[in-house]
Amino acid sequence: MALKRNVSFFTGLKYKGGGPMWAWILHRTSGLTMVLFVGLHISAGFLTQQFGSDVGIWINTIYENWIFQLALFFLVIFHAINGLRITILDLVPALLEYQREAIWLEWLVFIPIYGLVLFVVLKSTLGA
Amino acid sequence: MISRKVAKRGFSLDYIMWLFMRLSALSLYALGLTGLTAALIMGARTQTDLNTLIRWTFFQNPSHVFSSDIINLDGFINPYWQIMEFTALFFGITHGINGLRSVVEDYMGSSWWRQVWRGFIFFLWLFISLVAVYVVLAS
Repeated sequence: MALKRNVSFFTGLKYKGGGPMWAWILHRTSGLTMVLFVGLHISAGFLTQQFGSDVGIWINTIYENWIFQLALFFLVIFHAINGLRITILDLVPALLEYQREAIWLEWLVFIPIYGLVLFVVLKSTLGA
Repeated sequence: MISRKVAKRGFSLDYIMWLFMRLSALSLYALGLTGLTAALIMGARTQTDLNTLIRWTFFQNPSHVFSSDIINLDGFINPYWQIMEFTALFFGITHGINGLRSVVEDYMGSSWWRQVWRGFIFFLWLFISLVAVYVVLAS
């Protein structure tokens, strides 16, 4: 049995955790989606390599779609930078005092990197 | 309602996996940067496109560079990169599957469902690992 929390889903939505809460939610969801993507990509590679299967090619074609790539890069880059923040704060607990500032710093690092991804992916999509 | 038992302080599965999550994340950064740097040194800068380079950065498999303009693939296909791939696979898959475990167990108490899920997740880890090792050895 899970813990009993007398909080409804909609009350939960009103919880104002701010930056750290959203980072936590995004870290979890992006991690779970990446497990799914990587698992499917390995399976697709196996199916294509061993049987020349259409299913494998079909999955990898989705992966090459530009909308999918933008979403995937968002998840991967966010997860990587957020994971680095967690690791650094765990190694140097004195920095925990500035954990809200750490979230802002994280987005400051994220935005230019993702901007570069947006530029490259959109340029090759629109250029083709 | 019984809440989930918290493991004792010290050397437990939760502690080992906590440490592993941090170390594997840092290793994946190191592996990616090594692959990226080596690819650029081996001629990826002028003989391939960005997509191929990024595929190589994430996972140093020859099938990720076959379709590019690189004529001499000797530097890209050798046991060194296979070892890099196995390392990336072990860290990546275990990191991901343990993340799945910790998310799932956050919604589990101490009931027998927890053991069922642990077993299922362990077999998922084993299955994906074996398939991935097979793909690396066969490519």
